[in-house]
Amino acid sequence: MRYVIPILVLLALLALFISGLQHDPRELPSPLIGKAAPAFSLPPLNGDIAQRITPDDLKGKPLLVNFFASWCAGCQDEHAYLLQLAQGAQVPIVGIDYKDALDDGRNWLQRRGNPYAQVLVDLDGKTGIDWGVYGVPETFVLDAQGRIIFKHIGPMTPQAWEQDVLPKLQAAS
Amino acid sequence: MKTLRTFISLAMLFAAAVHAQVQTEKPPILLNEAQEARFAALLPNLRCLVCQNESLADSQAPLALDLRYEIRSLLAQGDSDMQVKKYLTDRYGEFILYRPVIALHTYLLWFGPLLLLVLGLVAVYRFTRRRSAAISIKPVDRVALSKLLEDETR
Repeated sequence: MRYVIPILVLLALLALFISGLQHDPRELPSPLIGKAAPAFSLPPLNGDIAQRITPDDLKGKPLLVNFFASWCAGCQDEHAYLLQLAQGAQVPIVGIDYKDALDDGRNWLQRRGNPYAQVLVDLDGKTGIDWGVYGVPETFVLDAQGRIIFKHIGPMTPQAWEQDVLPKLQAAS
Repeated sequence: MKTLRTFISLAMLFAAAVHAQVQTEKPPILLNEAQEARFAALLPNLRCLVCQNESLADSQAPLALDLRYEIRSLLAQGDSDMQVKKYLTDRYGEFILYRPVIALHTYLLWFGPLLLLVLGLVAVYRFTRRRSAAISIKPVDRVALSKLLEDETR
């Protein structure tokens, strides 16, 4: 009887530690969830480099915004899956080529296939900073009003898609 | 030897990958002496999100370079330290601050250890009191004891 309290305390601590282990410290919660997508004004990767696209041009339906780069290893990992998602055409994917040389980005997409409905270029990484990007690839889910409703950090996987992204998309549409 | 070679080739690969990122030429931002001092004081207290155990002052990650540049330009346009921190937490969350803010959601973090200490002191106090109570001789025992002693000496 006298051991009940110490054992309860021990179990509570164990539960705390185990739940702590499930936490990936590299995955930071974004303060932008629930807020309007941060403003940007970016040129398209293919086409007129003087043209500017803003978040207003993307409003109207839910979409994914995927920050990628040709120099990024994780982006190669997710690329095949993004192509598969694009073929399923459940939701348009807008790519933002982050701190990449124009030619590198173009070649990369030409060689590996282009899953994006539209590709923009963030040459100096300023838009990445405004969106709180700290390691490509990162994928944002936007609702029809242009609000960020979810952020996935790291390569997109079938598991992350089905468990995290799809429910958010369905709730948004 | 083989591991060394692998290490070197990996390091070169990494260097190439980092190099592949475009560093667009940006003009250096000049700060006055006071701003430069504030810049130097701010950086060690900000976390680099790429290498999380390094501060923005130490990190050579490309993002840290970019963020240092942004902070310099904010300081140059006259932003206060608070405004700079808000700029960063608006984008990356409070995790970027090494010293958490003191607010409702961080009370447990700041004062939890104190709470545990108080709980521990209360537990120790109650435990020792119970123990000394158990050892002390009750008045009834005293009477019996003196009686026993009396019998003995008689």
